[in-house]
Amino acid sequence: MWVYEKKLQYPVRVSTCNPTLAKYLIEQYGGADGELAAALRYLNQRYTIPDKVIGLLTDIGTEEFAHLEMIATMVYKLTKDATPEQMKAAGLGAHYADHDNALYYHNAAGIPFTATYITAKGDPIADLYEDIAAEEKARATYQWLINLSDDPDINDSLRFLREREIIHSLRFREAVGILKDEKGKKKIF
Amino acid sequence: MNTHFKSYYPYASPFDPCQPVTEKTYSTPPHLYMSFQPPNLPQFSPLEALKAGTLWKDFYDPWYNSFEKAKRGGEI
Amino acid sequence: MTQVPAEYYQIMEQLQAVDFVLIELTLYLDTHPDDMEAIQQFNQFTKERKRIKKTFESQFGPLLQYGNSYSGYPWNWRDSPWPWQV
Repeated sequence: MWVYEKKLQYPVRVSTCNPTLAKYLIEQYGGADGELAAALRYLNQRYTIPDKVIGLLTDIGTEEFAHLEMIATMVYKLTKDATPEQMKAAGLGAHYADHDNALYYHNAAGIPFTATYITAKGDPIADLYEDIAAEEKARATYQWLINLSDDPDINDSLRFLREREIIHSLRFREAVGILKDEKGKKKIF
Repeated sequence: MNTHFKSYYPYASPFDPCQPVTEKTYSTPPHLYMSFQPPNLPQFSPLEALKAGTLWKDFYDPWYNSFEKAKRGGEI
Repeated sequence: MTQVPAEYYQIMEQLQAVDFVLIELTLYLDTHPDDMEAIQQFNQFTKERKRIKKTFESQFGPLLQYGNSYSGYPWNWRDSPWPWQV
């Protein structure tokens, strides 16, 4: 069960109507290392991971949905009331033809979201290392997005999201530490 | 204290068409140097923590683009 | 269309700050379940969030539904603005 809260995790502000920036940010909405992929990855892995780390996967997976909402808010505000001409000038003519100004789960190059972005190996160590890699890749994506963006308010939110990737990576590393601890060693009878 | 950036100097050919970048840097955030967070690390205030994206000062490692860095007078 | 007053943003930010501490402590405690001081801080902030939630909801309506907040009359959960609109 999930309960929606009518609040963003972080106050998102946007300085200017800028559909071009929205085109880049959509990478973190429907891209391989985006927030949707992250949420689905962790919330799917939790069913087959040792009980000691189910709570962590549940909580980080849930936080990823809050990040997805932040990205959606940025894209929504950057394109809200943008005219077809503005969309076209931003390289979003093809997007507009199919979706008008609606959001869609695809990456910055327009490739639709796919379940192949997510892995679930069933081996706890393999899955947690996958999660650590995913967090580092998302951190890198935020770096490149900040480098591309000249909107100070958007950058403020992107910096918050990048820092969250650092903390999540740390927690997944700790989860590996918990699982490899010798106190959990197989009992031999 | 660990540094949050490392750099290397890639080979540049006289036939490289783009202006060569002689020094390349990459991010090595603080969590890489702490395998398990110890208790009682210094914290930010709640509002500072929200702005920083973390409650603990040791993990704060903000990323700025070159325009922002220039505006901040070259710090970070 | 009436817009929300400045106070909406102020109280919301207070709530976001306190909730952020709670998120950070939640993830921390998921890997440090025996840290008594962190648990005390967590419970103290839980109390603080209840207080701010009450203040916010008395002015701007329910933050949660399915019975996790009380309702005004008429039903005010579906009222704008939604978080991405403010």
